[in-house]
Amino acid sequence: MAKLTSLFVILLSFFCISEAVFEDQVGKFDWRQQYVGKTLFAHFESNTQSSKKMFVATDKNIFASFNSRTGDLLWRHVDKTGPEGSIDILLLHGQDALMVVGDGRLLRSWDTNIGGLNWEAVLDTGSFQAACFVAIQDTVKLVAVLKKAAISLHYLSNGHQKWVENLPDSDAVQYQAVYSGGEEEVYVLGVVPNSHLTIIAYSLEDGEIIKSVEASWLSSIESSCVVVGQGVLMCVDPATLALYTLPIQAEETPEFSQILLQSLDLEVFPGFQPVLVSSQPHPARSPLSEFFLQLGPDHHVLLQLNADGYTIAPLRDFQPAFLVSFATTGKKTVAAVMTPKNETACAINLFSVDSGRRLLDTTVLFPLEPNGGKPHTLYVHAFLKKDDSVGYRVLVQTQDHALTFIQQPGRVVWTREEALADVVTMEMVDLPLTGTQAELEGEFGKKADGLFPMVLKRLSSQVTLLQAWLAHLWKLFYEARKPRSQVKNEVTIETLSRDEFNLQKMMVMVTASGKVRREGVTASGKVRREGLFGIDSKSGSILWKHYLENVQPNAAFKLIVQRTTAHFPHPPQCTLLIKDKDTGLATLHVFNPIFGRKSHIALPALPRPILQSLLLPVIDQDYAKVLLLVDDQYKVTAFPSTKNVLQQLQEMASSIFFYLIRSDQGNLSGFRLRKDLSTERIWEVVLPTEVQKIVAVKGKRPNEHVHSQGRVMGDRSVLYKYLNPNLLAVVTESTDTHPERAFVGVFLVDGVTGRIIHEAVQRKARGPVHFVHSENWVVYEYWNTKSRRNEFSVLELFEGTELYNSTVFSSLDRPHLPQVLQQTYIFPSPITTMEATLTEKGITSRHLLVGLPSGAILSLPKMFLDPRRPEVVTEHSREENLIPYAPEMPIRTEWFINYNQTVARVKGIYTAPSGLESTCLVVAYGLDIYQTRVYPSKQFDVLKDDYDYVLISSVLFALFFATMISKRLAQVKLLNRAWR
Amino acid sequence: MASVPRSFLLLSIIPTILILCADFACCNTGRKTGDGLDTDFSGFSVPLEHSFEVDDVSRFRMRGALQLRGGRETSVSLSQSQLSEEDRKTLKEVAAVDGLYKIRVPRVSLTDRQTERQMDGYLTAFVRACSLVESHLSDVITLHTDVSGYLIGVSIVTIPGACRGTEVEDEVDLEAFNTTLTIIAPTNAPQPETALFIERMDIEHEKRGKPQEQKSFFAKYWYLILGGAIFLMASSSAQPSAGGAEEQQS
Repeated sequence: MAKLTSLFVILLSFFCISEAVFEDQVGKFDWRQQYVGKTLFAHFESNTQSSKKMFVATDKNIFASFNSRTGDLLWRHVDKTGPEGSIDILLLHGQDALMVVGDGRLLRSWDTNIGGLNWEAVLDTGSFQAACFVAIQDTVKLVAVLKKAAISLHYLSNGHQKWVENLPDSDAVQYQAVYSGGEEEVYVLGVVPNSHLTIIAYSLEDGEIIKSVEASWLSSIESSCVVVGQGVLMCVDPATLALYTLPIQAEETPEFSQILLQSLDLEVFPGFQPVLVSSQPHPARSPLSEFFLQLGPDHHVLLQLNADGYTIAPLRDFQPAFLVSFATTGKKTVAAVMTPKNETACAINLFSVDSGRRLLDTTVLFPLEPNGGKPHTLYVHAFLKKDDSVGYRVLVQTQDHALTFIQQPGRVVWTREEALADVVTMEMVDLPLTGTQAELEGEFGKKADGLFPMVLKRLSSQVTLLQAWLAHLWKLFYEARKPRSQVKNEVTIETLSRDEFNLQKMMVMVTASGKVRREGVTASGKVRREGLFGIDSKSGSILWKHYLENVQPNAAFKLIVQRTTAHFPHPPQCTLLIKDKDTGLATLHVFNPIFGRKSHIALPALPRPILQSLLLPVIDQDYAKVLLLVDDQYKVTAFPSTKNVLQQLQEMASSIFFYLIRSDQGNLSGFRLRKDLSTERIWEVVLPTEVQKIVAVKGKRPNEHVHSQGRVMGDRSVLYKYLNPNLLAVVTESTDTHPERAFVGVFLVDGVTGRIIHEAVQRKARGPVHFVHSENWVVYEYWNTKSRRNEFSVLELFEGTELYNSTVFSSLDRPHLPQVLQQTYIFPSPITTMEATLTEKGITSRHLLVGLPSGAILSLPKMFLDPRRPEVVTEHSREENLIPYAPEMPIRTEWFINYNQTVARVKGIYTAPSGLESTCLVVAYGLDIYQTRVYPSKQFDVLKDDYDYVLISSVLFALFFATMISKRLAQVKLLNRAWR
Repeated sequence: MASVPRSFLLLSIIPTILILCADFACCNTGRKTGDGLDTDFSGFSVPLEHSFEVDDVSRFRMRGALQLRGGRETSVSLSQSQLSEEDRKTLKEVAAVDGLYKIRVPRVSLTDRQTERQMDGYLTAFVRACSLVESHLSDVITLHTDVSGYLIGVSIVTIPGACRGTEVEDEVDLEAFNTTLTIIAPTNAPQPETALFIERMDIEHEKRGKPQEQKSFFAKYWYLILGGAIFLMASSSAQPSAGGAEEQQS
């Protein structure tokens, strides 16, 4: 094997395609943004004014630290996806961050300074319930972890287990909370719903006392109880509208004492489950005796438990108030309350907890964006200022998962759009032309109205062009005198315009997040939050965002560009099709992709489930492409549905074909449009689901151009490509998963006639299959179950040495099947996603962009995936520049287009052509977003950055003058000779 | 097929075409008339239906019967009748309005006939009626099976496939189908060819490496060493004399 690889390396060095980033190019054309996802737990480092660190644990199983001054990531730990790596709880004490991971699987301690792992302890099996710090004699030394059937104590210093106790009667009793107030005991609270409460006190030196308290109204401690004051359990019962208190530590059998809310003059919002919020500033001391009671969506009350432990005194009523939070610094504890101020802002104020008085000069304004989400959680970082007053900074998490950090007096320090950690789909849209360019374009667009007005119009537009040019020159001159650092190229929506080579584009990203977690069983947790973002591709700055509410949790999205920016003065138009996967009902969101504004276009009524949507090349009088939506009765709705469009559709009906795929039935069928916009089924292919199931279907990208119709072979003849724009690649996987019998099927089906062009079976293979379908080839990757490795296979289709009909391709008139060539290679790494580069005219050679699990993005030349790679090198194959066949596909580090900027959890790669033929824009998204440019055939149409204009022009001038002078000298010499 | 005399084709009432899997040898003609139906009792027969209507509403009628035989050598043959006078007229009318000519076969399995599990549903394909008319009913029907022998798709194309608008005057051209029938099973995609590659590498190694290894250093460069030695000897023998000459001169 070593011999093989060494030879392989020697062989490869002959086909060296150097393609790496130079050191000075790093970050010049590319950028990366790192995200963490929806914050579940957030803590600030310490309560001093100068502290800069904050720590978050998120639903993406990430533990990260931010610099609170800039919002930049200090460090980030990405754990396994799924429940195995989910973070159950994050506790912070001093320099240690304690984390329970994977539903009570692991207990980890991190050093918060550098983000290193102190220790990791494997916990006994059992699902996680709660955890808390335990202090011995005023110092926090232990952490208690409560599982379904056991409680264990671990040392903070090394993670060793102090003791573990099985909980009595754990089948009947649901143990939900653990409490320690700094005494010698740890209390575990369990409940038998609607029967009684069980309190178990464990002395730290291992002993137990069991108490049982009658509590027929209590169903869950987690949602309705907190511990306040000197170990008093405070519960709220929505049925009897009363608060119950119970001293946990009482010696004899305690009893709940009831306090009716009515007696406190409090009223619960109808249908609202009251919520209690308390605070335990230090684990070695008992919690505060003050607590919040939430009575309605925007109604909170600050209450105080009196020293006797039975009576409650109301301190202050907050209505309206969205969010409340406690914060402690030194000895002082304050409450932060967010109240609505007006349409565009919320106000946050601090209140003294002891008295309920408002602290002066503590108002901070939180700006509410019209299209953003509402505030969701408040994290307050309070600190003592030099004059001993309380200062604070606040982190607000909104419903669209954005984190906003605000400093007094109301300055937004930074915002992180964490929704972008979950991009579902994206599109790139050209930026609009500048005003002057648009003017010129508009001149050509308008209908001609006489010679003279046309001349006038031309003159006026020339004048405006001249004006713009002069203004530009003036600006250049003006800015040249300023120091370089002051000249900023701020990108705003107003200054957005297309650059010379169309390299800067607008990225429209659709994000979705809203996984229902174990914790998030509130009603709002089930609705999927979906955001639309417009991002400048050059700098990565977010130019607009739009937050869509009430999208179903399992919706599917399709982003369609109906009108590009090319049709001035009509604004560009994008449509987002949101389809509920259960009911199939769809809604449309039409917007302008440059500004993010919702368009006020009459949307068609879609009462029936939508099966398929297709964008036709037909355009209406406003240059918007027509979107056809097919419902479950095979009726067609057109959008936009103007008279013009319907007329065009009627004329073209007999040539509009579409296909539907029902992967659950293995059914592929084709339809033709009738003149009355009904449809008729014209073909049907059925893949029996007992044998194989359809996993994916891909057509070709509509904006793909193929420059060369064929390939010139060694003997100068031409092998023509089979370029069927209607071809579908259907990939199936066998239902039989036995390694010997499993297979992956690849079907190439014509989408118009339903003809199976090619049918291949990859034996002893299984998915996940990643594939790319482009031009005349399909590349797919699968897992070989026999050899236990990943393999790449390439299929290429050729018409042969003669074209059947060279002028136009029609699926209806192509009787001969194409020749199919196929070759397979070993790929030394698993992959997560795959895409092909795309350029303006398709002249540039193609590369495959492969996202690897390591976070690298590999640019693999298509040349290596060529089924015509010869086994034996001949004269012809050398002439054709074919690489001799080698079963192994190389991975060379200089092919990593993102050098060391790894993209964590790559989910998709999007490619878009630019105005330069050599350049393809690439966006890789997953947890991070990475944008770059690739040059598959190098920059053949661009002069290098360090091109020496001065030298070239001086040489040119010198030569010019040299010719002039020598000509003159020659003339003089000739004259002299003539005189002689 | 065109080589068959028309009169002969006319005589054969049921032209039967039998084609072996992936083997385009067509054993066409009327010499086998009747044979196909009698001998292939081990196989089974499914109807091939077609539909062509001016109003494009599918009304499938019997076109012929497909004789399928599974097993190691999957084979298929077709027996079909001529088009009636009325059908020919309709077909021409459909062609005139650019209608479709559709065919369908029921979904069946070629291998497990014992279970007799008749799956519901049909496999459908179409071709433009005008191209069928203009090609004088010469069509190519392909049946596709999957790995386990289920029929998964059918396709029909005509040769030539284009509609040029040429009038088909002769009614005779539209009487009988001239059908080529194939059945295609999935091809096995290739595996990475490691064995061949290693073999090739070994051969190259032998070619390049062996002769070099066998020869010793002296064996390889004996002529250089010898030449060098002679040169040294010659120069050493010549030097003292030359030196002596110089000394003498000075």
